[in-house]
Amino acid sequence: MSKMKEKKRNEVWEQMWGDGLGRAGIILLALILVISIIGPILFPFDAKDVGTSAAQIMEAPSAEHILGTDEMGRDVFRELLLGARVSLFVGLTATAISILVGALVGLISGFYSGFMSNMLMRITDFFIALPVLPMIIVLAAVFGQSITITIAVIGLTSWPSTARIIRSQVVSIRERQYIERIRALGAKDSRIIMIHILPNVLPLIYANTVLVIAGSILSEATLAFLGLGDPVSVSWGTMLHYAFVTGAAGRGAWWYLVPPGIGIVLVVLAFTLIGHTLDKIMNPRLREY
Amino acid sequence: MSKLKYIGKKLMQLILTLYAIITFNFILFRIMPGDPIRLLARSGAISAESIARIKELFGLDQPMWMQYFIYLKNIVTGQFGISMTYRQPVSSIIAERMANTVTLLAVATVLIIIIGIGTGIVAAMRRGSRLDKTFVVASMVGWSLPTFWTGLLMIVVFGVFLKIFPISGILTPGMQYATYSQVIMDYAKHLVMPTIALIIVDMAQFFLITRSTLVDVLTEDYMLTAKGKGLSPRKALWRHAMPNAMLPIITTLALYVSLVIGGAIQVETVFSFPGMGKLMYDAVLKRDYPILEASFFLMAAVTVTANFISDIFYTIIDPRVKDI
Repeated sequence: MSKMKEKKRNEVWEQMWGDGLGRAGIILLALILVISIIGPILFPFDAKDVGTSAAQIMEAPSAEHILGTDEMGRDVFRELLLGARVSLFVGLTATAISILVGALVGLISGFYSGFMSNMLMRITDFFIALPVLPMIIVLAAVFGQSITITIAVIGLTSWPSTARIIRSQVVSIRERQYIERIRALGAKDSRIIMIHILPNVLPLIYANTVLVIAGSILSEATLAFLGLGDPVSVSWGTMLHYAFVTGAAGRGAWWYLVPPGIGIVLVVLAFTLIGHTLDKIMNPRLREY
Repeated sequence: MSKLKYIGKKLMQLILTLYAIITFNFILFRIMPGDPIRLLARSGAISAESIARIKELFGLDQPMWMQYFIYLKNIVTGQFGISMTYRQPVSSIIAERMANTVTLLAVATVLIIIIGIGTGIVAAMRRGSRLDKTFVVASMVGWSLPTFWTGLLMIVVFGVFLKIFPISGILTPGMQYATYSQVIMDYAKHLVMPTIALIIVDMAQFFLITRSTLVDVLTEDYMLTAKGKGLSPRKALWRHAMPNAMLPIITTLALYVSLVIGGAIQVETVFSFPGMGKLMYDAVLKRDYPILEASFFLMAAVTVTANFISDIFYTIIDPRVKDI
């Protein structure tokens, strides 16, 4: 059993690597991970290392500051490296929450039928219909700014798509004969779900999960840009927020505006490329395209 | 008849969802941390008398269920309370801003649909070509762009360095005294950059869905039959392929509305465009809760209504939908 799984995993990996876009995504992601881990160690950022004269504010790139300085005269390059960590951290943890909630709701509402299950499905439909950005803006504005709240808000609003995918699959598996036989043998519901249904359902959400990470990172950046991020832990979105409100665009301070944005685009692009390729591999109907 | 029943059922669902949004809003803005009276008084040193007066003024002395019914009644009659920053009824502030956003989104949406579907068709017809690959990669990059950052870049490049387009607002100050055609030209100029930013980011999903469904449809047997009958590729596309590809595109339209509303908040913020999105951003900065509440309700209402309309379209077009 485990050998078969391993073979399958190798196959997925091979197809992923064989696909031009998939390979580009993997290389890009690996690069970003290495930079976000090593970067801040080699070039530590000190938030208190502010400029002492007006000339050091939003200073153009030079040998000393290869990406210039921000509105407080701090080194943009070092800030950028540290920001990578925050953006990735928020994206990954929010996705973990999202997948957990989505899987739970999908499994329960798919496996059981009845009032509870119906209610869960209605709640899913309700949240799926709401516009994402206005909702997370309102939630973040109401509950305040901290990294925990950002993660919770993004994680607790992005689960419905996962719940739907899982539910539809569970509904089709639940009626199969082997489940009935296992039940006849006296297995408990929780055991049936965890051992016989979950493993059959999970591969379907791999692609979705990777795309949720991309979406979460974008959401975090947007929230932070709109001034709803954690002012203490600086992400790329927060950098762009301060760049925007201190008039970097009007001053033509491209060194402060361009690098954080490129960072966001590359991370999101890496996950998007991997997600789409995974989808192509896992979903045979689309294998043609 | 069965289709009519289905539409009726969907309409009921729409009304229930709208009701749920209102309730969600009511609960959300009442469980939030902080004391509304403190917030209004901006001070802790306030006499019990004044507290009682403020409570009475805002109806906070009523029991919760009563407050809820008053709230429902107010929303249904279009009253969203008084803005904390503008000291005006929220409904009249929103009415002022709505037209700008609707114009921006209408222009952007028409262009996005035309360009997105157009490029999708071209790519699907030449699947595997260099052009196709370029389009696919470009759409993935566009998809990954944060809308607000795209807008910022455009401001730096086209507004600050090249000085081709105005970078903020909707009319150049003083323009209201110019002739009618000059005002329209000025308005249009201000729309260019926000619109392009929206197109770049939100076009991808129309392109991708058109391309992938067309690729599916083009390999169907009936397309081969059409070719065998001697139909030109173009005729076969419009007569047989596109009608079948329309269904997923309509579904995408509903998702798109949610996305583009988020896009509007971002571009309006970046370009200081006086619409609903900018209003919401300013309300966030100033914690103007009545405005936040109302704009969220309206945006959510528009999105679920768009979902409903796309469902209806789907039902009318798709002959397979009979009894669901």
